[in-house]
Amino acid sequence: MIPNEPRITPDLIAAHGLKPEEYDKILELIGREPSFTELGIFSAMWNEHCSYKSSKKWLRTLPTTGPRVIQGPGENAGVVDIGDGQCVVFKMESHNHPSYIEPYQGAATGIGGILRDVFTMGARPVAAMNALRFGAPDHEKTRHLVSGVVSGIGGYGNSFGVPTVGGEVEFNARYNGNILVNAFAAGIADTDRIFYSKAEGVGLPVVYLGAKTGRDGVGGATMASAEFDDEIEHKRPTVQVGDPFTEKRLLDACLELMATGAVIAIQDMGAAGLTCSAVEMGAKGDLGIELDLDRVPQREQDMTPYEMMLSESQERMLMVLDPDKEAAARAVFEKWELDFATVGITTNDLRFRILWQGTEVANLPIKELGDEAPEYDRPWVEPKPPKALKAPVPPVDVAEALLRLIGSRDLCSRRWVYEQYDTLIQGNSLQLPGGDAGVIRVDGHPQKALAFSSDVNPRYCDADPFEGGKQAVAECWRNLTATGAEPLAVTDNLNFGNPEKPEAMGQLVYAIKGISEACLALDFPIVSGNVSLYNETNGVGILPTPTIAGVGLIPDYAKMARIRFAAEGECILLVGAPDEWGTHLGQSRFLSVLFDRDEGAPPPVDLAHEKKTGNFVRDLIRAGTATACHDLSDGGIGVALAEMAMASGVGAKVTELNDLDPAAVFFGEDQGRYLVTIARDDLETVLELSDAAGVAAFWIGTTDGDALKLGEARAIPVADLLAVHEDWFPRFMAG
Amino acid sequence: MRTAVIQFPGSNRDRDMIAAITKISGRPPVVVWHKETALPEVDLVVLPGGFSYGDYLRSGAIAARAPIMEAVRAAADRGVLVLGVCNGFQILTEAGMLPGVLMRNATLRFVCREVRLEVVDTRSAFTSRYRKGEVIRCPVAHMDGNYFAEPETLKRIEDDHRVAFRYAAGTNPNGSIHDIAGIFNANRNVLGMMPHPENLIEPAHGGSDGRALFESLFDSVAA
Repeated sequence: MIPNEPRITPDLIAAHGLKPEEYDKILELIGREPSFTELGIFSAMWNEHCSYKSSKKWLRTLPTTGPRVIQGPGENAGVVDIGDGQCVVFKMESHNHPSYIEPYQGAATGIGGILRDVFTMGARPVAAMNALRFGAPDHEKTRHLVSGVVSGIGGYGNSFGVPTVGGEVEFNARYNGNILVNAFAAGIADTDRIFYSKAEGVGLPVVYLGAKTGRDGVGGATMASAEFDDEIEHKRPTVQVGDPFTEKRLLDACLELMATGAVIAIQDMGAAGLTCSAVEMGAKGDLGIELDLDRVPQREQDMTPYEMMLSESQERMLMVLDPDKEAAARAVFEKWELDFATVGITTNDLRFRILWQGTEVANLPIKELGDEAPEYDRPWVEPKPPKALKAPVPPVDVAEALLRLIGSRDLCSRRWVYEQYDTLIQGNSLQLPGGDAGVIRVDGHPQKALAFSSDVNPRYCDADPFEGGKQAVAECWRNLTATGAEPLAVTDNLNFGNPEKPEAMGQLVYAIKGISEACLALDFPIVSGNVSLYNETNGVGILPTPTIAGVGLIPDYAKMARIRFAAEGECILLVGAPDEWGTHLGQSRFLSVLFDRDEGAPPPVDLAHEKKTGNFVRDLIRAGTATACHDLSDGGIGVALAEMAMASGVGAKVTELNDLDPAAVFFGEDQGRYLVTIARDDLETVLELSDAAGVAAFWIGTTDGDALKLGEARAIPVADLLAVHEDWFPRFMAG
Repeated sequence: MRTAVIQFPGSNRDRDMIAAITKISGRPPVVVWHKETALPEVDLVVLPGGFSYGDYLRSGAIAARAPIMEAVRAAADRGVLVLGVCNGFQILTEAGMLPGVLMRNATLRFVCREVRLEVVDTRSAFTSRYRKGEVIRCPVAHMDGNYFAEPETLKRIEDDHRVAFRYAAGTNPNGSIHDIAGIFNANRNVLGMMPHPENLIEPAHGGSDGRALFESLFDSVAA
């Protein structure tokens, strides 16, 4: 075809991340040797990142439907009904590999990509979260990566203008060579004005919008589908560069354009840019697409068709427009000073054809590019059952243990991080990072609000992927419930190691089984998501990390719970912990932080119990009876009480748990439990209600004074808790 | 009260400002695009927060040269009230309508948190509803809020009582000289401030200390 293109050799095929048998499949599909551009297109469509070839078989088993689900997985983002003719549109996506190579731009463009996924569907972004996982604090790169990733997220999200309302930050040596940057965004749209990527109609203009195309990010999706070695720094040129200013204009222009009725289909250019977006629009609509690359706005000179098709330049969109309204559309984009070019046309031949300088440089069957991507049933082995604790838990000074926990890298305040994010913009933030969930009110509605939480405990998942997967879903559900929200739906970001290793594949399979079971039991369907595999360096994989981000609906935010104690002299109830429950220390923060013991089984999750308890707690909140609420997770009752005290400045005395082993009682991580405070006058009624509901609720203590006293341990002034809690992060970052 | 909010590409607290003005005055402001060269007849012009033109030069530097800014300057000269918040403050200093500069925060990091502000001077259309010396809550959210002025300029500002707000003891988030959070022009009809009063005007915001600033403005026009 094109004379100057390189010859297709086995080395070239391997460099494109294609296995010999995958290349054979290409030959079979097109009946000839592919051109260099075509090889690039196949590599872009068939890599793990775009094709989900190792995970698809298992992703199909996830529950994705429900009465409120308008759009499940398969579009740019999931869509869920929130009533009053409105819906919430959301998704989480990883930008792990680029963020390790170039932390600022890698994280920034991760935020840009997920925001684009949301506004592509016609929704204005209203909230963002991010789940970050870094290597050990003493690893030479960790501080640099934390600093770059956090400022990259802030730099992009703050300029774009979306509040960051929650997230996670965690450190573990297993992320030394592969950090995780999982970005979540949610937007609100009118239910009758959602935009999809499926093209409709033959002979319609395919229009390119947004920023110009450069060489940045060429081959990025293929890079993100490979494991790392020591040479990874050389991949820096495959990381894209973000421009939040253009993204903000693209948002404003797209929403304005959508209001004109000109948009028939729209797809953002993310991974594998022009290739992936065009194929997606055509294949979904059963149409062919012809692109003329000479019309593509270009930022650099002498770009080859290969580079243009694989560029991952940011802030670009592809649309199919109503030709009668093209002029109006052009006017909108000229107002916002964005590129607007008709680059192609929809056809009825189901071919994906690329023209360049008058020559056809690619001609491929469009359906097969996506649908016929290789799919693997990778061999997997059942994860080994977790072992029991190796030795008994030594006795501790409870007050000392609490201070060490809340001052540890794992449980200390994340203020250093979240103060670099604009948490207030748009003026709707009701609960900021630091609580159980972030909450924003629905703009223009007098009472309604949305709650957001992102959760997973990778150490639980490592010890037992099935229980860990269940736990991630349950904890997310519980965090939303603890604000008074009805959990609506979930997006999942599955971060795992090399799927070609049966052990890593087994972790993925069992985590998905656990997630599936929990989502079904809790009526918490998965509506969007992303899979990131090959998170492995020099043969060592990350902790299995299936991040679960959930959205909940609060019908009246006047009756919403926060974690801070409301007043002194209130009753503290432990809800959801029947007598016969042990106090589970396997895989606890207590063992890990105090004794450096990451051992034992994670706490099991009883989903029926979880649901019953959560529903009871939500009813208490919505009745206005609960004055504060906090779910119990990492660090157990002790850490939860400390957090409630620190958030309010009010102390507490726990007087009713004295007969038990204090370490296990205060730091055990049994699931399905909450702390709820109520006015003393309501105690009798609430205990009657809990009896009737069959939910265990015990009065364990009273909010009181300005110190926290756990059983017989010494009282710790709240000011001392705060000092310890706020100390670690800034000190670490100052070096 | 007739208000105009100037919209630059990259403005992002324009919507917050429009919402605050509408809620407090009951009347939505006119939104004026940066490419306009004339302002409608108004009593107050607001330059909202954001990252105008991406702030890819010094913050506010490009917006200060936008077509609409000549009209804003002329309006200010006529005595029309001008409020610049955050990026708006940066634009006003870059346009030479307020003295001094806003440098990168001393920490070199973006900062979003609630601070406390001392209301230093209440003799203005912006601050009359506050009590002199009153300490109010107010959020900040910026990367470049570190106010600086040469000693002579600073002395003039202080001697003329043109500091409107100072960060209260221990809450200066950015290293601003003399803890300056907001200043007036010589005629006291232009106020630039880094904190965001528009984000603290109702119970859902967790407080309403910012509300009095807008109420002062509406008072001054009604009077």
